[in-house]
Amino acid sequence: MARAQHPRSILQEWLPRLVLAPSFAVVLLFVYGFILFTGVLSFTGSKLLPDLTTWVGLGNYQRLFNHPNWWTALANLGIFGTLYIVICSVLGLGLAILLDQKIRGEGVLRPIYLYPMALSFIVTGVAWKWFLDPGIGLEHVIRSLGWESFSFRWIKDGRFAIYTIVIAAIWQSSGFVMAMFLAGLRGVDNEIVKAAQIDGASNWTLYRRIIIPLMRPVFLSAFVVLAHLAIKSYDLVVAMTDGGPGTATWTPALFMQKFTFGRNEMGMGAASAIIMLMMISAIIVPYLYSELAGGRRT
Amino acid sequence: MRRFLLTTAAIFGLTAMAHAQEVEVLHWWTSGGEAAALNVLKKKLESQGVTWKDMPVAGGGGDAAMTALRARVTAGDPPTAVQALGFDITDWAKQGVVGDLGEVATKEGWDKVIPAALQKFSKYDGKWIAAPVNVHSTNWVWINKAALDAAGGKAPATWDELVAVLDKMKANGITPVAHGGQAWQDATIFDAVVLSLGTDFYKAAFIDLDPKALDSDKMVQAFDRMAKLRSYVDDNFSGRDWNLASAMVIEGKAGMQFMGDWAKGEFLKAGKVPGKDFVCIRFPGTQGAVTFNSDQFMMFKVGEAKRKAQLQMASDIESPEFQSAFNVVKGSVPARTDVPNTAFDDCGKKGMADLAEASKNNLLFGSMAHGHAAPAAIKNALYDVVTRHFNGEMDSKAAAKALAEAIAAAKG
Repeated sequence: MARAQHPRSILQEWLPRLVLAPSFAVVLLFVYGFILFTGVLSFTGSKLLPDLTTWVGLGNYQRLFNHPNWWTALANLGIFGTLYIVICSVLGLGLAILLDQKIRGEGVLRPIYLYPMALSFIVTGVAWKWFLDPGIGLEHVIRSLGWESFSFRWIKDGRFAIYTIVIAAIWQSSGFVMAMFLAGLRGVDNEIVKAAQIDGASNWTLYRRIIIPLMRPVFLSAFVVLAHLAIKSYDLVVAMTDGGPGTATWTPALFMQKFTFGRNEMGMGAASAIIMLMMISAIIVPYLYSELAGGRRT
Repeated sequence: MRRFLLTTAAIFGLTAMAHAQEVEVLHWWTSGGEAAALNVLKKKLESQGVTWKDMPVAGGGGDAAMTALRARVTAGDPPTAVQALGFDITDWAKQGVVGDLGEVATKEGWDKVIPAALQKFSKYDGKWIAAPVNVHSTNWVWINKAALDAAGGKAPATWDELVAVLDKMKANGITPVAHGGQAWQDATIFDAVVLSLGTDFYKAAFIDLDPKALDSDKMVQAFDRMAKLRSYVDDNFSGRDWNLASAMVIEGKAGMQFMGDWAKGEFLKAGKVPGKDFVCIRFPGTQGAVTFNSDQFMMFKVGEAKRKAQLQMASDIESPEFQSAFNVVKGSVPARTDVPNTAFDDCGKKGMADLAEASKNNLLFGSMAHGHAAPAAIKNALYDVVTRHFNGEMDSKAAAKALAEAIAAAKG
């Protein structure tokens, strides 16, 4: 009996490891291995192909932070990231609260708000590009309806083009944030709500003092999801403006792609990728830390 | 078992033979006219028993193709021939991965018939590494004939005449300049504007990259002219593709377009006749000089087995029949100067004559905007400044200063 169980327990012990090993090895090589490789490349003078023989130390980082396009990209990331995260969260929460009023037809309304998420950013970008194009889109249609002086040409104006990308991105993502908040709202204990109502709390107070504070973990998750989407925003920008007019809508991800593959500056491209990794880590690591610490508490 | 081994050996033998007669070609000529032009070469090779393995990678003016090429070369399995432009060829040659076409080039006397300015790219370290297919020149103006007639009828020969014609077109209620606001298109005009301020100035600024020429009063003047031209484009120009800008001229909505000779294909496709429906002139003040870019097939180092087909392909590319047949379809002019011009239209004939004249007088310059004057890093540094200025982010004085700084930084 004991002899019969022995191999089985060995199998039980090893099977999970064996099953996980290939994917672990693949992740180790293709994610962390290549992150390391990119890090190494960022210290080399690689141009067209990876070149590990010429070392330039921090030279690539120096050139990166002296490059006007990189500063444009960082400024755009600041504008895009802030507006995108704040407006998506506010809109998402607002929609979720409205949908949570036990209204009829919720089953129809919810997917309508969620569907933009099913589109890829490329599709969203192309659709909004046409919609905002003064020659064929919104401006053209409203003018042909009779309002001749109507003008909306932000997408063609370097000062405002980045805001059109914010608009498209919010359209795409706020439904998803709404779904996250809706799930959060449904998770709120009904007893607490009822107790507050018996105590005479108005609806406004109820949300402001009780329900929204309870949403804290959802805010955090939404922030992390939106923040990393903002930092790696590439496809939407390529589809809508391809960085233009001029260099007005460059983002760090666009900078990385253009320098590595278009301009034969692989070293500088790698350096920009590493800076982006550092930005994402600055957001993700505290989040993971708080999640893990929270897990230990309960 | 023995029989099985024999069969296997036979099959492997056959595959090896098949490889010996095959060229694999990476290119981005996928649009209608371009594909038709390339088909001429494919047919010719097939008649000689060489199969053509097509590897088209469209998009981005070759960026996507170069990314695909990177992967192939890194894996140690480069294609036989790759369509390439200007300094990209030199960059690849520096990596030590390109082949040697010496045998064919010597036998067929390429040195004598291909302009020296092109040889600068086709040769590396004195060895032929690429076969030039065509020469595009970029300092062209394409004018709608009806719009020009309404504006006085005389093709402008100087900057002042150009401004006068543009003003008249504006008064006639059309968009004077059809332009697409993409960095490379802005830079294409900038090439011509700089050239119009003097061939020596173009050479000093763009070929020799002399900082004194880059941040000079003349460069400020060049940027001023760009700002002037900016005032003649429509409000909706940003991001427009070049062929849509050509369509504006074809339809008569716009007066003229400053664009390389690939634009001619759009006019011909629309059934327009040179001289009757549209006029082709050199950018005012640049007649006699030519800024060019040249598509070449860069040949990679391949095994002995594939080399015969590779050399055959190179020889076919430089044959006068192919040069004529291809370039008539593509809108460019032949890369060798001894090809008869009988099959070309008026604009093509003018292009060939201009090229021969410029080459003879040493006024044939690589185009900065198309990567034939300086390597990619410098070209893109120029794009950034020119496009920022064109979109009104800085004034001309600041632009000239920024240009000198950006090019100095990109050199390092």
